[in-house]
Formats: sequence, C-alpha cells, structure tokens
Amino acid sequence: MKSLAGTGGLIRLILRRDRVVLPLWIVLLVAISVSYVQEYGDLFPTPESRVKYASNVGFITLYGELSGPSLGEFVTWRLGFVPVMVGLISLLTVIRHTRVEEESGRRELLGATVVGRHAQLAAALATTLGANLVLAVLLALGMHSQDLPLSGSIAIGIVYAGTGWFFAAVGAVAAQLTASAGTARGIAIGVLGGAYVLRAAGDTSAHTDGPLAWLSHLSPIAWAQRIRPYADNRWWLGIVILASTVALITIAFQLAVRRDVGAGLLPDRLGPADGTMGSPLALAWRLHRGLLAAWTVGFALLGLLFGGVAEGVGDMMRDDPSIQEMFQRMGGAAGLIDSFLAGVMTLVGLIASAYAVQATLRLRVEESSGRAEPVLATATSRWQWAASHLVFSLLGPAVALLAAGVAEGLAYGVAIGDVGGQLPRLIGAALAQLPAVWVLAAIAIAIFGFFPQASMASWAGPTVCILIGLVSAGVSTAGWIRDISPFTHLPSLPGGSAQAAPFLVLLAIALVIGLAGLVGLRRRDLPA
Amino acid sequence: MPAAISTEGLVKRFGRTHALDGLDLAVRTGEVHGFLGPNGAGKTTTIRILLGMTRADEGTTRVLDGDPWSDATELHRRLAYVPGDVTLWPNLSGGEAIDLLGRMRGGVDKKRKAELLERFDLDPRKKARAYSKGNRQKVALVAAFASDVELLLLDEPTSGLDPLMEEIFREVVQEISDRDGRTVLLSSHILSEVEALCDRVTIIRAGRAVESGTLNELRHLTRTSIQAELVGPMDGLAQLNGVHDLQVDDGRVRFDVDTDEINPVLRRLTEIGVRSLVSQPPSLEELFLRLYEPEAVK
Repeated sequence: MKSLAGTGGLIRLILRRDRVVLPLWIVLLVAISVSYVQEYGDLFPTPESRVKYASNVGFITLYGELSGPSLGEFVTWRLGFVPVMVGLISLLTVIRHTRVEEESGRRELLGATVVGRHAQLAAALATTLGANLVLAVLLALGMHSQDLPLSGSIAIGIVYAGTGWFFAAVGAVAAQLTASAGTARGIAIGVLGGAYVLRAAGDTSAHTDGPLAWLSHLSPIAWAQRIRPYADNRWWLGIVILASTVALITIAFQLAVRRDVGAGLLPDRLGPADGTMGSPLALAWRLHRGLLAAWTVGFALLGLLFGGVAEGVGDMMRDDPSIQEMFQRMGGAAGLIDSFLAGVMTLVGLIASAYAVQATLRLRVEESSGRAEPVLATATSRWQWAASHLVFSLLGPAVALLAAGVAEGLAYGVAIGDVGGQLPRLIGAALAQLPAVWVLAAIAIAIFGFFPQASMASWAGPTVCILIGLVSAGVSTAGWIRDISPFTHLPSLPGGSAQAAPFLVLLAIALVIGLAGLVGLRRRDLPA
Repeated sequence: MPAAISTEGLVKRFGRTHALDGLDLAVRTGEVHGFLGPNGAGKTTTIRILLGMTRADEGTTRVLDGDPWSDATELHRRLAYVPGDVTLWPNLSGGEAIDLLGRMRGGVDKKRKAELLERFDLDPRKKARAYSKGNRQKVALVAAFASDVELLLLDEPTSGLDPLMEEIFREVVQEISDRDGRTVLLSSHILSEVEALCDRVTIIRAGRAVESGTLNELRHLTRTSIQAELVGPMDGLAQLNGVHDLQVDDGRVRFDVDTDEINPVLRRLTEIGVRSLVSQPPSLEELFLRLYEPEAVK
C-alpha cells in the first residue's frame, strides 16, 4: 500500500484547513433537520393533514412522494431537499482537496514528500465519507431524541450519508477528468443536477400516472429516498448506494493512475498564437461565458420541468372533488397553479442568487491567484476591471432567469394552449426576482471591497435566504427572521399584485451597498 | 532631466510588521537601476506602491512625474510590469495573454512581438496551464518588452529562466536601455545580471535603503583583503584606521582594509618593507553579503 503512504498526514491537513466549515455544515444540517420534527409535528398533528399537505404536485416535484402518514415519514419527506445539499457539499469538498490542490501546484509540493500517488484522493475521500458518517450518526441520535423510532432514525441517517457518499465519489471521478477545478465542479454539479431532475420528473410523472415514472430509477437521489425511513426501512437500497459509491471510487483511482499529476484525462489542445481580446470586458466574457452558458441551460431545464408539471396540479384538481373544493377556496385552479409557479419562481431566484455570488467572487479568485495584478498594471482602472466582471454577476442571472421564464412560459403555455398569455407573465415573474438577486450580489461586492479575505462569507447571503425559505415554507417563523431575506419582500408572482415600491427599495439597497463596495475596492491595497 | 521614480520616506505597515520603514529610492530617467535586498526586505511592496496597487502609509512617491495612486491608469499606459511569479489564465494561450495585456496597455507592436517570441523561443499557441514557470515568465517578458513604454518595472523577472534565456533577457534589456533610452527598475538576486545591466543600484534591507549608487561607488564601501610577506617587524599595523581581522604568522600578515583607507595602510607596509603582496578587490558577492547582513544597518 505504498501508494497510500502519507494519507493520515493529509487527512490531518484537511481537517486542519476545514476545521470550521466541516463541523459547521454538519451541525447546521443536523440541527435544521431535527428541528423539523417538533415544528411539523405541531403544524400537522393529524395524518390526514399531512397527507393532504404532501399531495400537492409542486411538493412532489420538489421532495418526492410521501411514503406514509407517520410523523417520521412526513418529516423525512419534507426534508427531501437536504440530502441534495449534502451531496453538493460532499462533491465540492472532494474537488476542493484534490483538483484544486493540483491546479494550484500545492499537490506537487506535497507529492514530492513521502506521500503516495493515491494519498491525496484517499485522504479527501476518507475525510468526506467520514464527515458524512458523523452527520448520519448525529442525525440518527437527534431524530431518536425527538421520540422517533430508532431504526427509522438510522435509516434517515443513511439517506443523508448515502447521498453524500455517492456524490463525493462523483466529485472524485470528475476531479480526474479535467485539469481545471472549475470544469470538474461543473461536471460533478451537472451530474447532481441531472440526478435531481430525473427524480423530480420521474416522481411527478408517477404521481400523475404519466409515462416517465421510470426516470426516477436512474437517479441516485431517488435510490436514497426510497430507503423510506420510518416506513419499511429498505436497507438493501443503502447497500446499492454503497456498492455504486465503491464502484465510482474504484473508477476514480483507476483514472488517477492513467494520468500525470496536474493533467486531466481530456488533453489540452493548442490555442491561437494571436489574441483578439483587448479589453477587460473581452477577458471577462472569456472567463465567464462557460459559467453563463451552464447556468442558462440549467435554468432553462428547470423552467421546462416546472412549467411542464404545473398543469398536473390542475389535472389533479379535476380528478378529486374534495381538493377541487379546497382549491376553489384558494382562488380556483388558476390561483393554485399560480401559487405553485410563484413558489417555483422564488426557488429559481434563490438559485440565481448563488450564481450571482459565484460570478462576483470571480473577482476575488482573480485577485488572490495573482492574475488581477498584470491586468491592473495596464491602463485598466480598478473600477473598469471590477465592472467587467460585475456585468456578468448582475446581467448573468438576468439572462439565466429570462431563460427559466421563457422555458417555463413555453412549457406551461403549450400544455394549456395559451403561450401568448403565459409567456410574458412568466418571463415577468422570473425577472421580478432580479432585485433580490442583485441585493445579494451587492453584499458580495461590498465584502470583496472592504474585507477581501472574508470574501467567501458572501455565500452566507444565498445560504441564509435558502434556509429561511426552507424553514419558513411551512413553519411559523418570526417575522423579522423572514424579513432578513430580500426574497421575502418580493410580491408573489405570477398571480400576486406587483407594486413598484418593493422593487425600487430593493434596487436602491443593492445600488447603495454595491457602490459602497466599489469605493472600498478603490481605496484598499491590492492584492490583499 | 526629472527622475523617473522618486520616493521619500515611504512607510508601509501590514498590521504590526513594517514592510517599509522610511524608504528613499531615486531612479534617473534612462538608467537601468538595480533594486536589491534580501527576501522580505520590501522590494515587491515598493514596486506595488509604484504601481498604485498598494497605498503607502507615509511618504511621497512620484512615478513619471505622476502620483501612482491617483493617476494609476494614465501612468500605466507609459509603463510595463513583470512580476516575479507570473500567473496566467489557464485556458488562454500564451499569445492571447500577450496580446491582451499589450492591448490593454495601449497597443502591441506585432513585429516586435514576433521577434521577441523568436528570441525567447516561446510557443505562443500553448495554453497557459501547460507552460512551465520559465515559460510563464517569458509570456510576461514578451508582453512587457513588446509595448512602447517609457518605464519597465521588473520584479525578479528572470526567476525560472534557463541561462540561455537569461542571456537573451540581458541583451534585450541592454537594447531597450541603449537604443530606446527606456528606464528600467530591475529587482534581482542575480549579481552577475545586476553587474552586467545596472548603471546604479539601491540596496534595501528591512524596509529602508542601506546603500545607493553606482557599483564602483559601492565597492568603496567594502574592504580589500591583503596578504603580504614583510621584511621588518610589523609594529603599529593593528592600530591603523580601517584595518580589520589582522592575522600574523611568521613574517606573513593577512588582513582586510576598508577600501577608502587603503593608501595610508599601503604606505605603512612599504615603510616596513614588502617582500610580496597580494591584494584582492572586493567581489560583488562579498559586498552584498556584507550589506545584507543584519549588522549592516546600524
């Protein structure tokens, strides 16, 4: 096992580097999950109310099918999106400690010491898989402490950890494929997104007796979900996930042998001898276009998916007179579908804010990598440089939201035969998210301008807003907590009444914070 | 002619550490000025202040008769910069990076670029992530030398270059200095490079300039080592000004003498009577070692 020499030391290094963020996400996700038991138990005390709440097609698209009416099953169902977050964190962690290390050249420094060929990958995987295990144990204990059955609590731990393990392994494979960490992340997140879309499409189709129910069987996210904690605890699915994880990890190690340190499996091609770029904006376009294209395609797919299932909400109503009656009280079929679409739009807006922050942080990446220095040593002012990237962090989400709106409008419009009416409505609803997205981008600009070393804290914006969205979707949450999120202040569109005031206030806030950040950038040392 | 660069009393603090502690630097227009000092002496911080990327806490800075902090953009049209550790965009080819930096500075001379690529033996089609450190350095050098600028700020520009390329670098710097009359501030650790290229040098240590002048002037600051076989008794040698580390061994003496005290010492030696004499002028290495040592600053 010479190729694993030094793994222990590398694990300690990873634990040292991640000593804050690793415990943080574990504790946070466990705490949120456990808190759902009490909250949802109070809110939906009877099995009937739970089943009724969970039969909304929109929820089925988001979280999957409810396995049964007991509190444990209901809470597990409502937490359906959290394992996806565990998967995302896991794959990012693995790539951060493998490909990012190689790309930065630090791997070489370590590789020349007594560290085996496979040690880096082994250490990254061991840490991530271990973290997921700790998460599973804490979650099982936490759930059991809320008087839920022990076996089911262990099972939900396996749902979380299994998803985390599988996508950690996906991250390990992606990290072998390309020489660029950004591309590796894109590939792995693409697989995660694909798995989620497959599950969402399959489950929605199954619920509406559509022909696409089999799609779910292709999704590892669905495998984990179908362990059905607190129902029949199908342990064998845990073994399936474990086996596929082991298979992927084996592939990753095999791939690692077939390439040089620093290189990817996909070879680098030669580029042009002469450049056509001559401005900061041209450079920024080159650096951002891949990200923009990926997000736009992803948003268009999301739009198609949600636009496509929206009609199912109406179908279900026609079939079931009792639900029909309930929906009519809520404002008829249009009212229900609109509230479903509005919920989708908020979700899409939250995701767009993650893109906005990611694009804004490119500034910090350019600065800390040393690539900003030669640019700023030319006749490019700091503001020009910053603006060239901010074009993409402000307009990029606009393009992606537009794509989501167009796709959703087309899908839903075609389904109900009203493209002309739905398209502009849904485009409007998608773009209405922008002021809130921009507020979070502006916060990232301000942090970058004043506290560049803390730039990563900008992720707190989207994270907090998503958590507020998750927690307050069904549970009573103090008003001031909900008010923290700019998305709370947007009107519910489509369907709701839109007034100019909240938009203008959010835009003004974004403008003030963003400009302050630019002033901070002008006044500070660079690189810092 | 006005100075290309002048700083007075520059102070820059990072938290508690004083990166610069009252630095004076004067670079005359048209000269190649060596900028030397041990690691961590503040060379890169100084160059960042000259570029307007970092703001000094105290002191004044003029670059090409402008304020580098407030006039950064205008000044940058007239200067080029090569960092010691060049990082490039991994998915851009070297040629693209050269043209990009050149155009953002105000234009690239195509012919000059082709000539420099040829001389530095650089394949501009390779993606930056495939370049070695030396080749990344060449990209920055070609981009800087192909621009029509008055001032070049070079921060350990030859780190990672092989000796052949190092030679090309010297040729090019000499050309742009002699033929085009450009000003160069060259931070370097390579003494032969400094000796070959620089008209004057400034040596900094712990954030202040300890010496500044031509290399000949600096040589006077150091000691010549002398070995002699004498005829008579060697009385009074140890008491002479400027004599250090005297060793006497059976009619032979060996000592170092401050270069500006050499005349009286030689006079005394000839009075005693010299059978043989070996005098060794100070090497640059000795000069720098002495100036780099912590005791050099009193």
